[in-house]
Amino acid sequence: MTQVNYFLTEEQQMILDLARQIAEEKIIPVRARLDENNEFPWDIMRDIAHADLFGLYIPEEYGGLEKGCFENCLALEQLAYGCIAVTTTFAASALGGYPILLFGSEEQKARYLPDIASGKRLVAFGLTEANAGSDAAGIRTTAVEDGDHWVLNGTKQWITSGGEAEIYTIVAMTNKNKGARGATAYIVEKGDPGFSFGKKERKMGLNASSTRELIMNECRIPKDRILGRKGQGFLIAMRTLDIARPGIGAIAVGLAHAALDEAVKYARQRIQFGQPIIGFQALQHMLADMATKLEASRALVYSVARTLDDGEKDTAKISAMAKLFATDMAMQVTTDAVQILGGYGYMKSYPVEKMMRDAKILQIYEGTNQIMRNIIGQALNKEYAKK
Amino acid sequence: MLKVDTEKCTGCGECEESCTFEAIFVKDGKAVVDQDACTMCGICVNGCPEGALELQVEEGLYATTDLSSWKGIWVIAECRGGILASVTLELLAKARELAGELEAEVTAVLMGRGIESKAQELIFHGADRVLVVDHQELATFTDEVYGNILADLAKRERPEIILAGATAMGRSYIPRVATILETGLTADCTGLDIRAEDKALLQTRPAFGGNLMATIVCPEHRPQMATVRPHVMKADIPDPGRKGEVIRIVPRENLLEHSVRVLKSVNEQAEGSNLGEADIIVTAGRGFEQKENVDLAKELAHLLGGAVGSTRAAVDAGWLSSRTQIGQTGVTVSPKLYIACGVSGAIQHIVGMQGSEIIVAINKDAEAPIFDVTTYGLVGDVKEILPLLTKRIQKERGL
Amino acid sequence: MNIVVCIKQVPDAKSVRYDTEKGTLVREGLEAIINPFDFHALEAGLQLKDAYGGEVTVLSMGPPQAENALKEALSLGADKGILLSDRAFAGADTLATTYTLAKAIEKLGPVDLVLCGKQAIDGDTAQVGPGLAVRLGLPCVTCVNELNLMDDGKTMQVRRVNEDGYDILELEMPALLTVLASINTPRLPSLKGKMRARKAEIPIWNALELGAKPFMVGLAGSATQVVSTWVPTFDARREMFGGSAEEQVDALVSRLKVAGIL
Repeated sequence: MTQVNYFLTEEQQMILDLARQIAEEKIIPVRARLDENNEFPWDIMRDIAHADLFGLYIPEEYGGLEKGCFENCLALEQLAYGCIAVTTTFAASALGGYPILLFGSEEQKARYLPDIASGKRLVAFGLTEANAGSDAAGIRTTAVEDGDHWVLNGTKQWITSGGEAEIYTIVAMTNKNKGARGATAYIVEKGDPGFSFGKKERKMGLNASSTRELIMNECRIPKDRILGRKGQGFLIAMRTLDIARPGIGAIAVGLAHAALDEAVKYARQRIQFGQPIIGFQALQHMLADMATKLEASRALVYSVARTLDDGEKDTAKISAMAKLFATDMAMQVTTDAVQILGGYGYMKSYPVEKMMRDAKILQIYEGTNQIMRNIIGQALNKEYAKK
Repeated sequence: MLKVDTEKCTGCGECEESCTFEAIFVKDGKAVVDQDACTMCGICVNGCPEGALELQVEEGLYATTDLSSWKGIWVIAECRGGILASVTLELLAKARELAGELEAEVTAVLMGRGIESKAQELIFHGADRVLVVDHQELATFTDEVYGNILADLAKRERPEIILAGATAMGRSYIPRVATILETGLTADCTGLDIRAEDKALLQTRPAFGGNLMATIVCPEHRPQMATVRPHVMKADIPDPGRKGEVIRIVPRENLLEHSVRVLKSVNEQAEGSNLGEADIIVTAGRGFEQKENVDLAKELAHLLGGAVGSTRAAVDAGWLSSRTQIGQTGVTVSPKLYIACGVSGAIQHIVGMQGSEIIVAINKDAEAPIFDVTTYGLVGDVKEILPLLTKRIQKERGL
Repeated sequence: MNIVVCIKQVPDAKSVRYDTEKGTLVREGLEAIINPFDFHALEAGLQLKDAYGGEVTVLSMGPPQAENALKEALSLGADKGILLSDRAFAGADTLATTYTLAKAIEKLGPVDLVLCGKQAIDGDTAQVGPGLAVRLGLPCVTCVNELNLMDDGKTMQVRRVNEDGYDILELEMPALLTVLASINTPRLPSLKGKMRARKAEIPIWNALELGAKPFMVGLAGSATQVVSTWVPTFDARREMFGGSAEEQVDALVSRLKVAGIL
C-alpha cells in the first residue's frame, strides 16, 4: 500500500480494503491460469457482484451505492493489483453502463440499471470499428428507422466482453452528412435478431478479457432502445470516455504497484556477487524512479477523480492527463520490473512478464495516448485563447 | 477476583513477569491488580513464592461431594471395523502407570456390537476389569447412545479418572459425557501425570496450534476426564497371561433412544488411511514446488514400503489429500523412520511427528526449523536429493 | 428458519508471538479474527437463509472487542449480533462457556439450528459444540462437511467425517451441528453489508440479563484450571550432513543401515 496520506474516509477505506481482499483471495491465485487459457473470469465477476462493486457509481434508487469516480478508482486500482484483464472486464461494465446512467430515459434506467448494479447482467461498450479507432467519426455502422424499429447494420471490432455481456451500448451512424451530430447511441441486447458475435480474439495480453467482433446484420431493435436523442451518439461516447479515463489511470497505478512489489521483493532476495542486488545503485535508481513515478501517477489520478466528483464540467483535458501519465508510467514500470528480475522476469512461472504484456493495452485502449496528447494540446490552446 | 494479601506480598514481581495480560504489576512495593484486564487464569497465583495471591470466587460450581469415594481409572475402548484402536492400547499402558501411583484399578469400557471377544485383548494390555456393553443399538456410533450410556455408567460406578482417545468419535461424544456429569474435560492431551500433593491428574495439552503447551487440572470435580492424542503414548506388549474380570452390562431402554439415525457408513481406504500404523513415512512439503515433483516422494515411500504424508502447504496446493496431512489439525504419527522432504517445520507440523524414532529432513534452507528436531539433516533441493536417495537404496537392495 | 451461529474471536495465528521465557503469548500487536472454523459455520447458516429464508443470529462470548467479530459477521449477511460480555464470564472453561451460551440461546427463543465451528484455533478443544447441545437438549453431530435439508423443511441429512471415511446421518431440527472447513467456501463481505454493520448496534448481555447463576459462569463455573503454560522449544538436532548431494545421501544411507532400517 502507499505511505502517502490521501485522506480517505472510513467508507472509502472500506471499499479499498474489500477490493484488495478480492484481488488477493480471488484474483491472484488464478490469474496465471486465466491468462494461459484465455478464460473469462465468471467466478470473479460473481464475487465482485456479491461485494456490491458493480453498483458503486449507480444511484441508490436502482440498487447502487451512489459513489463517485474517486471511489471507483479506489476499487479499480486494488483489483488491478491482482490482474488488469479481470479488472478491465469489470470496468467495461461501467463503460457500458455510464451512457445509460447519463443519457437514459427514466424507463430505460429503471429497466437496466438494477441488473447492472447487481452484476446480474454485464454490459459492453461498442464504438470502435475496423476503420474507425482514433477517428471515431469514421464509423460505418448504420441505424435506420423502420416503423417501430431501428435496424442496425455493421460490425464493431475488439469489443471488451463481446459475446459475454448481455447489454451493449452501440454507437451507429444515422446521418453521414451531419458530422459530429451524425451518430446515435442505442441499447442492443444479446438475443436481438440479427445480432451475433465474431470469434474471440487472441491477444498479446489482457487474455482473461474476452474481445470479440459485434456483428449487426439487419439487427432489429425496438424504437425505445434509442439512448438519448438522435445525433447525440458522439457526445455520449466522448462524455463516457471522459468519465472513464481516470479509472484507466487507476488501473495502471494498481498494475504498476504490483510490478514494483515483485521487483523490490526479488531484488532483496536475489544474491549475485555476494550481495542482494538491491544493494547495487543501478537497481536502486531504477526502483527509485519506478516508485516515484508510481506515486506521482496515483496522486494525479486521485486528484482528477476528486475534481470530477466535485462537479467540474470541463474535464476532457484533466481526464486525458490522468490516463496518459499513469498508463505510460505503467508500461515503463512493468518493463523495468521484467528487467530487474532478469531471466526470471522472462519466465512464465513469474508474474511480471504477464504484467508487461498486459500493460501495453493501457496505452492504446479508451483513446490512444497520442489522442490523449491531442486532447490536452487542443484544450490548452482553447484555454489560453480565452486569456 | 484476584486478591493480593498485602501482608505476604514482598513486591518481588514474579506475578508481573508471568502475566500475559498485563493485569498485575508492582507499585510502591506491592502487587496491584487491574481487575478488568485479569482473566483469572491463575498462573500468577501458582507462581507466587509467598502464596500472597488468591483467586476468590463467591460461590463456585458445586464441587463433587466426597471426592475420595471416586475410585478407579477408566479407559474407554474404541473399536472400529472389528479392530481395537491403537490409542486404546496406548491409554491402557498409561493407565497402568497412573494406577501404580494412585493404587487404583484399571477398568476398560467397551461399547459396540459383537465386540465381546475384544475384552480379553484389553485385559492382556493392562485392564483389570472390562465393562462390556454389547447391544444392537450400539452397532453404529451415535453420540446420544454412547454418551448417555457412558454417563450413566460413570454416575453409578464413580471412577476418579476417565480417559478416551482423541479420535473423531472420542472428541465428539466425550464432551457430551463431561457436560452431563458437570465435570472437567481436557481435550487432546499429550501428557498425563499425578500431582503429588493431592493425587490430582495433571493433563498436558497443546494450544494455539501447538505453539503453547498448557497443564490443566480438575481439582474439585469427578471424574477427571481427558481425551488423549493417538500415537503419542506407547502401548505395552500384551501379556497373554494377564487375568481380569469381564462384566456384561445391559443398558436401560431409555438410554438406547436416539434421534440421530445413521443411514450409511463409507470407508474411504484412500491416501492416508495407513498413516497411523506405518513404520516408515515420507512427507512432502512446499519444497517440491509443483505437483509432478511430489511423485519423487511417492516413489521413495513405495520403495521403502512406507506411507506418504503431507503438510498443510502441500494439501492447500492440491498436491495431496487432506487425509495425509500430518500435524496439529491432521494426523499424529510416530513411525520408526520419518523423512520430511521440502518441509519447513512449522510447529503445527512438528507436533504431529516429533515422536518418530528417526527423523530425517531434506530442505534447501539450512535454517529451516525442521532441523531442530531431526536425527539426520540434509541440506539441498529435494528434486535433486530424492532421486539420488531412491537410486542409492535400490542399489543397496540389488534392484 | 431461526439459525444461531456461535462465533469466537481468536488471536490471528499469523500475528501471535510467544515468549519462551515467560511461557506465554506476547500481547502487543495481537490481531484478532473470527475463528476460521466459525466462518464456515456462519457461511453454512447464511446459505440456508439464502435458500430457505429465515434469520441468522450470531452470538459471541468475549471481551468488549469481540464486538468487531460480530460486526464482521453482520457484514457477511447475519441479521443480528449479540455479545455476551461480563467480568464474571472471565476464566471460563468449556463447561462454564457452554452454560453461558446456552442461557443466551434460551433467551433468544425457539431456534431451529445452532451452528458451531468444529474447534477454536486457540483452545483447540472442540468441546463447546457437543457440550452446548447437551445444555440445550438438542441432538448433535460433529465434524460435518455436507448438509442437505429435505423437502419437509425439518429433516437434515449430514455427512460426518471420521478417520476411516464418513457416515451419512439423518436428524430433525431443532439440532446442533459443528462443521469442518471443507463444508463450504465462505463468501466475501459486501459493501452494503459492511456499511450496515458499521451502523449496527450490538446489544451486550451480561450475567444478570442472561439470568445466569453466578456460580455457573466464568471461573466459578469452571471445573478445570490451568496450572502452567510454556512454549515448547526443540533442541533435538543431532546430525547435519555436509558436502555434495551424493555425499549426503551416502552418509544417510549408511546411518539407516546401521539403525537396521535398510
